[in-house]
Amino acid sequence: MPAKIVVKDIAKSYSTAKGPLNVVGDINFTVDDGEFVAIVGPSGCGKTTLLNIIAGFVHPDQGQVAVDGEPRDGPSPKGIVISQQGSVFPWLTVRQNLMFGLNGYHPDKKELADRYASMVGLKGFEKGYPHQLSGGMLKRVELARALVVKPEILYMDEPLSALDALTSIQMRIELLRILAEERHTCVLITHDVEEAIHLADRILVLSARPATIQAEFEVPFAHPRNLLSPAAIALKAAILREFGL
Amino acid sequence: MGRVRQLLPALAMAALLVAVWWAAVVETKSVIFPTPLQVVTATLDLVQQGTLWDHIGASLFRVGTGFLLAVLVGVPLGLWMGWVKGAFMTLNPLVQILRPISPIAWIPLAILWFGVGDLSPIFLIFLSSVFPTIVQTADGVHTIDRKYIWAAENFGVSRAKLFLQVVIPAVLPQIIVGMRVSLGVAWLVVVAAEMIALRSGLGYLIIDSRNAGNRYDLVVAGMVIIGITGLLLDGMMRRLQLLKVVGWRYAR
Repeated sequence: MPAKIVVKDIAKSYSTAKGPLNVVGDINFTVDDGEFVAIVGPSGCGKTTLLNIIAGFVHPDQGQVAVDGEPRDGPSPKGIVISQQGSVFPWLTVRQNLMFGLNGYHPDKKELADRYASMVGLKGFEKGYPHQLSGGMLKRVELARALVVKPEILYMDEPLSALDALTSIQMRIELLRILAEERHTCVLITHDVEEAIHLADRILVLSARPATIQAEFEVPFAHPRNLLSPAAIALKAAILREFGL
Repeated sequence: MGRVRQLLPALAMAALLVAVWWAAVVETKSVIFPTPLQVVTATLDLVQQGTLWDHIGASLFRVGTGFLLAVLVGVPLGLWMGWVKGAFMTLNPLVQILRPISPIAWIPLAILWFGVGDLSPIFLIFLSSVFPTIVQTADGVHTIDRKYIWAAENFGVSRAKLFLQVVIPAVLPQIIVGMRVSLGVAWLVVVAAEMIALRSGLGYLIIDSRNAGNRYDLVVAGMVIIGITGLLLDGMMRRLQLLKVVGWRYAR
C-alpha cells in the first residue's frame, strides 16, 4: 500500500538580519493511511514550520511533499489544520463555524453541523458565539469544524497546549474516541511527550534547529492506554533521553 | 438611579461652567457677549419661529448625505486597498496627500464646481469624512489575523465566501470605528461647509447671526446646538458597536 503522506528531502530557511536561519533541514518520512504520527521536538526547533510545509501553507526551499502520490501545491480541504492558537471565527456562531467549511451543495448543512457539535459535546451551544465559550470548548468547536468536512488528514499543531492540564487530558480521550469512530490520518506536532505516547502510533523526535529527525519510536500499546504502565514510562524515558534529559 | 449618579459629575461640571460664564459676563459688563439666559431665550425664539428645526434639518441632511457617500465610496475602496497590494501602493500616496488638506481649502473649488447650493457643503463633508473611512478600513484589512485567512484557505472556500464571511466581518469593528471618526469630522466641518450655504443650516445660522447685527446670543446658541447634536450622533454610532456580529471585538 502506498503511503498517504510522503515527505521527501524538505528544507526551509528564513532570511534574517543576521543572515539565513535554517529552520528545517533535510527531513524525510512517510505516514501511512490511517496512521497517527506524532512529531515531538524542543520548542523553537521548527516544528510549526514543518507542519505548515506539510499542510501546504509554506513552500519548502527544497524537496517536496506528496499526498496520495500527488505533489502538494497549497492547502486543501483534504487535510485540515488545528493549531494551538485556534482559528475559530469569533464573528460566527458555533453552528455557522461548523457550516463554514461545507462548500457546494449539502441538503442538510445545519443537521450535519449540529450532529458534529453534539459529537464533540457542544449540544446546546450551537447558537452561542465563541467568546462565550471556555478554552476547552473552543478547541471542541475547532475540532468539530475540521471533522465535519470529513478530511482524510488532520494536521494538529500543539492543539492542546493552550489548555490546562486536566482539560488537555480530557480532550485527548475525546479525540481518541472520535478517531475510533471516524478513521483519519493524523500528524500531531507537540512538545508534550506524554501526549504523543497517549495518542500516536509512531513518534518522530526532532533535533534542535535546523530540525532533522533524530530518532523514531513505535508506540506498541493498544487503546485505551495506561500511561503509568512500566512500558509506557520506559518509552517516555527513552524519548526524553533523546533531548538529553 | 445608577445612571443619574453616573451623570452627576458631568452635570455638576456643566453647571459650574454656566455659573462661571454668567458671572464673567455680569462682572465685565459686556454688552455684546450674551449671558446663558440670553442664549436660552434666543434658542426658544428660534424654536417659536420654527426656524431652528429647519437649520438642524438642513445641516443633518448635508452631513448625512456627505457622510453616506463617503461610506459608500470609502469602505469598498478601503477594502480593495487593504486586500490588493498593488491598489494600496498606487492609491495610498494619493490618499495621504489629500488627507491633510483642510476642507476649508477646498471651498473656492467647491463653489467653482458646484455653485452655492446644497452640493458644495455635501462635497466638502464628503471630502472630510471619506479619508478617515478609507484609512481605517484598509488598516483593518491589513491587521486581520493571518490564522483566519489560512483557515478559510484550508477549507478551500470561494473568494466570495472568503470576503463575505471572513474579511468583511473581521474588518467590521474597524469600519465602525472609522465611521464614528468620519461622522465626527463631518459634523465638525459643517460650519465651514455651510459658510457657503444659501439660507439654512447651523453653520449658516452662526455666520448670518454674526454678520446681520452681531447677534452673539444666536452665535453661541448655534454652537451649543452643534455640540449637543454631535453628542447625539456619536451616541447613535456607538450603538452600532452593540451589534451581535461585532460583539466578539468588544466582549471582554
